[in-house]
Order: sequence, then structure tokens, then C-alpha cells
Amino acid sequence: MSKKEKGIVIDKSIKRKHKLETKGVKVFYDDFMAIKGIDMTIKANKVTAFIGPSGCGKSTFLRLFNRMNDYVDGFRLEGEVRIDGENIYKKKINVEQLRKQVGMVFQKPNPFPKSIFENVAYGLRIQGINDKRYLSEKVEDSLKQVALWDEVKDDLNKSAIALSGGQQQRLCIARTLAVEPSIILMDEPTSALDPLSTAKIEELIYELKEKYSIVIVTHNMQQAGRISDYTAFFYLGELIEYDRTKKLFTNPEKQQTENYITGRFG
Amino acid sequence: MISLDQHREALNQSGVEMLSLCRKQLENARDAFFTHDSDLAEEVIRTENRVNALDLKIDRDCERFIALHNPVASDLRFVLALRKINFDLERVGDHAYGISKYIIEVDTPIEDRLLEIMRVEEMFESALSMLDDITDAYIEADAKLARKVFKKDKVLNKINMKSFKIISTEVRINPESIDQFLLLFSVIKKLERIGDLVTNIAEEIIFFREAEVVKHRKKKTFKRGKEE
Repeated sequence: MSKKEKGIVIDKSIKRKHKLETKGVKVFYDDFMAIKGIDMTIKANKVTAFIGPSGCGKSTFLRLFNRMNDYVDGFRLEGEVRIDGENIYKKKINVEQLRKQVGMVFQKPNPFPKSIFENVAYGLRIQGINDKRYLSEKVEDSLKQVALWDEVKDDLNKSAIALSGGQQQRLCIARTLAVEPSIILMDEPTSALDPLSTAKIEELIYELKEKYSIVIVTHNMQQAGRISDYTAFFYLGELIEYDRTKKLFTNPEKQQTENYITGRFG
Repeated sequence: MISLDQHREALNQSGVEMLSLCRKQLENARDAFFTHDSDLAEEVIRTENRVNALDLKIDRDCERFIALHNPVASDLRFVLALRKINFDLERVGDHAYGISKYIIEVDTPIEDRLLEIMRVEEMFESALSMLDDITDAYIEADAKLARKVFKKDKVLNKINMKSFKIISTEVRINPESIDQFLLLFSVIKKLERIGDLVTNIAEEIIFFREAEVVKHRKKKTFKRGKEE
């Protein structure tokens, strides 16, 4: 893929540490203000967890970073969302390129009704890459990164739908990794999984932060505590508290945060 | 289903019960000591079983609280603090028990003159007063009240430090009273240790309230709270 292509947001040849920033971000769905002016800097190569009750705006905020909200009717943004200082909502941004750089994993595993191999190769193929050797290498590399290779290496042509839920989710992460993103957004990636599969994904997230900046929305407080370096607590469209996870879960500054993490409201 | 708040309140009440029980044990041990009342000393010894049973109950309940509720923030600090407070109180109970055992083992009461020069009564009073302060601090969850005991503990430490010299002088003058001196010395050591244990409890209350670890540190007086 040519790096000269117009609209590349992140030049990976320079560095792999990518910082996400928002300045005075407000999000409207028609007249409803879902995000009420958030300034935030998300550190590179760290896991940052977004927590908060349903409807607090954490998923909306997460989806700002790969412009997934663009498809929502009535969506309007004020303020700036920046990746490495570049406003990703300015006109000349190539959104497809942006999404290549900012991968996303969803709550429910969503493999395509294709083979395991084709699922992982999908992102590369739509970029026009058809070199078999290159694709094989990338597929193997991606499946190894998510610790799925040993489980599926002899069944690469089998349908991905036949995999278990936990395997499917790891496959979806592998599909995201194959296109070499720099940032991975995860929206409750383990909420549909059993504890064992959850543990595997959590371990994976912990390992992936060496190479990627990861932002994860989770309703599982213990999960946020276990895997994230930083935690942000959202409530009614506002960022109430954002701190090191160790600090936030042991001695939060704000009473609202304390009430939420101790299960007293929300 | 028992809610986190209900479970925590039940634990809190057990903590109050343990405080009150151990304070009563020390109070009875003091009364038995000064009046040489072996019946009362026996009662302290018998009641030690209750202290141990409550200690085990609190430990078990703390474990359940952690397992069932996965506490964080102040809930977590509360249960961690309570476990240590419980451990320290059980030791206070052990010392009250130890003092009571001496009363039964020693036939003759200790001379008033010795008690006076060794300031034993003052030590008992200081220790009991520290236990009163710490009980209030625990019930009110008040770190400022908890800090009051640091100063009182110094009185106990001072008397304890001086006791060795007094005893070594006295024992030369009255070698026939050596048994009494040794007993007194042991009681003083126990009371000094009780002061340390109550100080530890104060540190745990401060940790619970302010998320501040003050043990192994010079004690400061400062206050902090949460932003609303």
C-alpha cells in the first residue's frame, strides 16, 4: 500500500506511538447532546478503559476515534478529535485510511461467513493485496498474535462460523491486526464471552499494548481494573474522572466515581 | 441476597463489638490486678474464648465480603483495615488475658509503693483511654480522633523506658521482691505493647478514611476529603 496515498493520518514510518486527543468535544444526535465538552488525552501504548453507566456517552466517545458515528442519523460534532495532533474530522481526511489505522473490535464477534483464512485476509484483500505468500504470512502472523494459530492452523479453510465464541472474537481481533492498525478500539469485547475466553482476550490485550494503543469500553469493573493502565469514568456525557487505574480503583478523587465503582449507583 | 451495604454494616458492627469486648477485657484485667481479685481474673480468662471466636468470625466475614462483593475504593480499604484492626484487637485481648494469668499465679498482691513508683495505674488508664478514643474514631470513622492516640502512646513508651532503670535499682535494694518486680515488668511490657497495637489501629482508621498509609512514618496531622 502506497504511503503517498492522500489522507494517511498516521505515518508509521516515523513512530508507533500514537496519542489520541480531544479538545472541547461535543456530540449531538439532533438536539440531544450526548457528549458535553470533553478534553482528554489518551496515552500511546497504554490500555485505557472507559467506564460508566449505560447511556453515559462512553461508546459514542470511543467511536469518535474512527468516525463510526458518522453513520448515525443526526450526528454532529463540535470541537476537535486529534490523532498525533491531526484533526481527524477535517475535510481532507481519508476515512477509510483512518479506519485502517484505527481498528475496532465489537461486543459480539462478527466473523464473515467465509473461511478462517479469508476472514483474516479480508482487510488486506480489499486494499488490493492478493500476493498469496504475503497474505499467508500476514494471516499466520495475525493469528499468532491473538494466540489462535495453534488452534486453527490445520483448519484455515474451515468456516469461521464454526469456531467458538471466544475463538471468533480472537479471530476478529486478528482480522483487525492484519491491516496493521496503530490504535485499537474495543467496545465491550468480552461481554458475550465465558470467563475462560474472557481471560484469554484480557491476556491478549495486555500483550498487544506493547505495539498498539488500546481503548476499551467495559461494564466489567474488575476487567477495567485488571487490564487497563488508565481509566476514564463517564457520566451523563461528561468525563467525571480520568486517572491511573490503580488510583481510580483504590482512591478516586470524585464522590460520583466512588459511588459508581462501588456499585452504589449507575 | 445480602447487599454490599448490609454486609459492610454487619462487619462494621462486629468491629464495634470486638472493640468493646477487648476494652472490657483490659478494664477487668486492670480491676483484677489492683484488687488482686482472682475471680475477676478468671472471668477475663474465660472470656478470652469469646474474643477468639469473634476474631475468627470477623476474619471469615471479611473473606466472604471480598469474595462476594469484589470491593474497591473505600469498601476495599474498609475491609482491609478491619482485618488488621481485628488482628490487633485480638492481641490486645491476649495481653489482658496474660495479665489476668499473672494475678492467678501470684499469691500476694503487689505493694502499693511499687505500683506507684512504676506508674502502673497511669499506664492502665492511658491504655484504656486510648482504646476509648479509638472506639470513637472507629464508630465515627474519624481520622482526626484516631490521631489523638499517637500522643497518648508516647506516655506509655516513656514509662516503659524508665521502668527498666527503676527495677534494676529497686531489685538491688529489695532482692527478696524480685518476683514482684519481674511480674510488674511483664505487665508494663504488655501495656506498652497494647499502646503500640492501638496506634496500629489508628493507622488503619486513617488508611480507611483518607487512603493514606501512615505506618512507619512520622505522624502528621492533615486532612483531605473528596471533591463533590
